[in-house]
Amino acid sequence: MANDIVKPENLVYSRTKVLTDATMHYCPGCGHGTTHRIVAEVIEELGIQGTTVGVAPVGCSVLAYNYFDVDFQEAAHGRAPALATAIKRLNPDLNVFTYQGDGDLAAIGTAETVHAANRGENITMVFVNNGIYGMTGGQMAPTTLVGMKSATTPYGRCVERNGYPLRITEMLATLPGTYYVTRQSVHTPAAVRKAKAAIKQAFLNQQNKKGLSFVEIVSNCNSGWKMTPVQANKWMEENMFPNYPIGDIKVDGKIAEGIDINRLVVDHPLSVVNK
Amino acid sequence: MAKELQLMKGNEAIARAMIASGCDGYFGYPITPQSEVMETLMAEKPWETTGMTVLQAESEMASINMVYGGAATGKKVATSSSSPGISLMQEGLTYLAGAEIPCLIVNVMRGGPGLGTIQPSQSDYFQSVKGGGHGDYQLYTLAPASVQEMYDFVFDAWDIAFKYRNPVLILSDGAIGQCMEKLYTRDFTPRWTEEERRKNAPWGTWGKPATRGHNIITSLELDSAKQEIFNHKLQAKYAEMKEKEVRYEMLNCEDADYIIVAYGSSSRIAMKAMQMAREKGIKVGLFRLITLFPFPTKQLNELSKKVKGMLCVEMSAGQMIEDVRIATECNIPVEHFGRFGGIIPTPGEVLEALENKIVK
Amino acid sequence: MAFKGQIVVDTERCKGCGVCVQHCPKQVIALSKNVNGKGYNYLETVNEDCIGCASCAIVCPDGVISVYKVKC
Repeated sequence: MANDIVKPENLVYSRTKVLTDATMHYCPGCGHGTTHRIVAEVIEELGIQGTTVGVAPVGCSVLAYNYFDVDFQEAAHGRAPALATAIKRLNPDLNVFTYQGDGDLAAIGTAETVHAANRGENITMVFVNNGIYGMTGGQMAPTTLVGMKSATTPYGRCVERNGYPLRITEMLATLPGTYYVTRQSVHTPAAVRKAKAAIKQAFLNQQNKKGLSFVEIVSNCNSGWKMTPVQANKWMEENMFPNYPIGDIKVDGKIAEGIDINRLVVDHPLSVVNK
Repeated sequence: MAKELQLMKGNEAIARAMIASGCDGYFGYPITPQSEVMETLMAEKPWETTGMTVLQAESEMASINMVYGGAATGKKVATSSSSPGISLMQEGLTYLAGAEIPCLIVNVMRGGPGLGTIQPSQSDYFQSVKGGGHGDYQLYTLAPASVQEMYDFVFDAWDIAFKYRNPVLILSDGAIGQCMEKLYTRDFTPRWTEEERRKNAPWGTWGKPATRGHNIITSLELDSAKQEIFNHKLQAKYAEMKEKEVRYEMLNCEDADYIIVAYGSSSRIAMKAMQMAREKGIKVGLFRLITLFPFPTKQLNELSKKVKGMLCVEMSAGQMIEDVRIATECNIPVEHFGRFGGIIPTPGEVLEALENKIVK
Repeated sequence: MAFKGQIVVDTERCKGCGVCVQHCPKQVIALSKNVNGKGYNYLETVNEDCIGCASCAIVCPDGVISVYKVKC
């Protein structure tokens, strides 16, 4: 009976052709894979495979160019927004997106990120925040939570030594050059649908020449966090989300309804992770 | 703008040559003594005429990475800076060389190390031709000695850059950048059309048509065996440059007993020193390097078999001299004379050094 | 209106992360006791209650699930 259903005309979901056949190198359950897939699905749905250029970072997603079947450049660590700036300015008809992790975007590449946003570059930036340096073995990231253990904060991040987790997304929302700033996740089907809609909006904004659109994906790092993928997603909900609240922060160039940007940037209480 | 005679600063010549040679984009950051490059571009507003993009970046790191992004789409993209700024660009330069991206970088050298001075110097020779950044790579390096060459070498740079898929460095200095001289401008070369870009840069990331696979610009290879093969490919490219693209100028070398070897500003001072020596009856010739990489090893070696000694004149503590000594294989004495930290030597000092160190 | 679904899993690509399992509203899927060529306990269906909602496929980091669906 089941075999009667598996027919081309009944297909409702399959891997997008904008992803290559290469098996991704990400750890089992890693949000990078899901994020790649929904970016690729958006490119397919908008019919822009032939006019899209991506910029990969240094970090876990350094090999992103192998997985997207679109033209791609691999940037030096943190410099993706600079590359994207020039690609877009010299080729205004291309759809340009960067794909970066938290170390790349919010530590070594902070200047490039802030200035691309401040110039209002008409690009789409996808920012995957898992609060840790995954590729180099789980060291502290700018986004590592207070009290969170990492390879370089083995007793937990302490404010006195390491400062505060950087909420760069809220920071960027305060800049007049950003048009759309949102924070999403990809750990449940509902979250994936919302994140995909946000990424689609970010590409549409670019097509409508609205300025910079920035989509943060709060994600997991089960290897770095030393948990199973399912545990990691639960831990993320309990610890990452209170510090990195999910939802739109800036829409159509205005701070989103219900968001007090001052509270988020300055006063939002930092919760300490559950031990 | 047709070919005409003008009076112009070296830095301005660089900017005007970029516009005239069909450059698609310039990304830079101000630093003395090269700031007139971007100032000229911004004043000229080429985006209204040729369509060239000009952007002031937030740093030299951003500038060179904007060059990477833009040039990787197969367009003619340039930046310029001076020594400390060029140091900041070294990461980008090794990525550009590793990803084989044609582009143009101009260094208007000033005295170092560190923040140093803002006066002319030639102490970035090692940085320019011995790596600068990490890995086995070379930049095709042109050393202009006049405002005219500042202008002309921009045109030459695009030809070499795209022929070899390699970054080209114009290594100038604060004297050439700041001095005003007469200059013959050239006819405009239009920017490439979309068709020309796709034809000249089939490897570029200009959007994947259904007819080809996706183009990837990267300098990363996790398989060391493949990386070694790639390095061999780069070395073969550099060997071909050494074979075909060496440029130099020889003055009065036919009957010379002694040779002054110099490039850029130093070669102009050396020319005067050569004349002064000849007036005293010392047969001196001038070997002026135009390309620093590829280095005229063969030519200097042949010359070393005919003369009694060579004096290397550089505004540095002695950098180019190492390559001259390698080239001349200890056939003859090769000595260095240099002022540095921003001091320009006088012809008299050069002549004195020649007499004391070489002629004896 | 009721739907009947069926998933096809690219078992060789599946990394057995198990993220999909908890999101299946009908408890149709589970990780196999068997492993694929890379040693992962791949995804398999354990009953025929699939409604073709595609929740598993949407949340799959490696895009290994295709979903088929018919009205019934």
